[in-house]
Amino acid sequence: MPLSKEKLEELTMTARKVRRHIIEMTAEAGSGHPGGSLSAADILVALYFHEMKVDPKNPHWPERDRFVLSKGHAAPVLYAVLAEKGFFPKEELKTLRKINSILQGHPDMKKTPGVDMTTGSLGQGLSAANGMALAGKLDGKDYRVYVLLGDGELEEGQVWEAAMAAAHYKLDNLTAFVDYNGLQIDGPIVEVMSPEVIQEKFRAFGWHVIDVNGHDFEDIVRAIEEAKETKGKPTVIVARTVKGKGVPFMENQVDWHGKAPSREQAEEALKGL
Amino acid sequence: MPKTATRDAYGKALAELGEEIKDIVVLDADLSKSTKTSVFAKKFPERFFNMGIAEQNLMATAAGLATCGKIPFASTFAVFATGRAFDQVRNSICYPKLNVKIAATHAGITVGEDGATHQSIEDLALMRALPNMTVICPADEVETRKAVRAAVEIKGPVYLRLGRHPVETIFDESYEFVPGKGVILREGKDVALIATGVMVAEALRAAELLAKDGIEAMVVNIHTIKPIDEEIILKAAECGAIVTAEEHSIIGGLGSAVAEVLVEKKPVPMKRIGVRDVFGQSGKPEELMKEYGLTADDIAGAAKSLLKR
Repeated sequence: MPLSKEKLEELTMTARKVRRHIIEMTAEAGSGHPGGSLSAADILVALYFHEMKVDPKNPHWPERDRFVLSKGHAAPVLYAVLAEKGFFPKEELKTLRKINSILQGHPDMKKTPGVDMTTGSLGQGLSAANGMALAGKLDGKDYRVYVLLGDGELEEGQVWEAAMAAAHYKLDNLTAFVDYNGLQIDGPIVEVMSPEVIQEKFRAFGWHVIDVNGHDFEDIVRAIEEAKETKGKPTVIVARTVKGKGVPFMENQVDWHGKAPSREQAEEALKGL
Repeated sequence: MPKTATRDAYGKALAELGEEIKDIVVLDADLSKSTKTSVFAKKFPERFFNMGIAEQNLMATAAGLATCGKIPFASTFAVFATGRAFDQVRNSICYPKLNVKIAATHAGITVGEDGATHQSIEDLALMRALPNMTVICPADEVETRKAVRAAVEIKGPVYLRLGRHPVETIFDESYEFVPGKGVILREGKDVALIATGVMVAEALRAAELLAKDGIEAMVVNIHTIKPIDEEIILKAAECGAIVTAEEHSIIGGLGSAVAEVLVEKKPVPMKRIGVRDVFGQSGKPEELMKEYGLTADDIAGAAKSLLKR
């Protein structure tokens, strides 16, 4: 079903709020990863505000859909979305990366309500998502499992071990996203260590592959629907994104992978959001 | 005395427990015939996942299963479980304190002919260093079976160190296994022999040898390397001399754990029997035990040299 005009507006508005949180939190923290958080914002908003069945009052609800942020350094986007969704008060966002905060530098399932898996060491999230999907199949539950991978993260060998296993066990209750923003810490992915052609690699591993514009809600939602209808194999949605999306001076700039904006830069960024 | 490999006891115990506890699932990395998870696999094929030769994926998949209430037993050789997949065990299992049981077989140099690449002599050190991890190294068939059940009862990650080579059965069915509680197997006042795993039988033999020379050796079985039983170690220290024995590097395993307790609470002269910071080699298990100084004679010799000081 296509998105209604109202829903589209709501998602757009929420994504803007999420991006504002990302800027504010990382500026307040004085460190963090704004670039890859901004690139993934629309994907997470589509998931949490359109697709996933979750209950912020009951974060451990056994029937819930699961989400694993395999590129754990994009924690700010996950925290912003969870706060907007009501898993914890938005004031907590100010505590990101500070001592005794529930919001660690990388996602911690034991500290943050709504975080389904602890991540941060790249390459492990898809495996964990596979485990959740296997458990769902075993228990005859109809929850779905979503996982977001970075494009640079695809350089980790374990991702492909997990890709092999997901197809082998026919995990059609699992949908992976690749945040294909083309940049990693040391530069463009194709220059550092090319994981391309991403789509062909997943296809060869037995996955259903969908290409989308990762900043187009209708495109993302359509792909999620297609994934749900795909039986007998897992689906990967390769989402073309812009690192730093929404903040002109951060867009496509590799330097904004792991650097927080100063107060002044944050003010400038917020003006445009 | 009958001999059974602890891996065989594990396979049997796991298949039995699987009947009783439906949340148990088992993952293996193409070694199910060797780790003996094949017994479980045959009985409960739907709850057994062969992950192929991909240990990192195996560990993190087990973590994912645990988040959904399953009790995964992740099995492969100790060298791969703790070495190859260390980061996965650390970050995806121990840090979130997930209920994964890593049952690693083929630990120590008694792996034998496969040689150094397959002889895990640093796994206790690696696993012991991880917060939230319980580390158990059973001595025989009976203790293994009881330890497998205890591992299920512990909420959180457990590392079970199991062997390939048959070992003597020391305990009878009445033996009570309490995680974290060492066991005095023989009283003595002159020296305490503190051993774990396959070295427990060697320590008992060493005590016999020492007895012939009029030395009364206490023998303590430390099956749980972490959390270590400080109380029993301090009690053993009352003998005034301690020899630790493990089929593991002298760095980071039982000897280190005991030394850490003693140095802070009750320093006494001590010697560590273990692999002395070298890699192993191919050979028959018994030959290797002798070559690397892991026999009853070596333990007895260490005890005597301590008492001569």
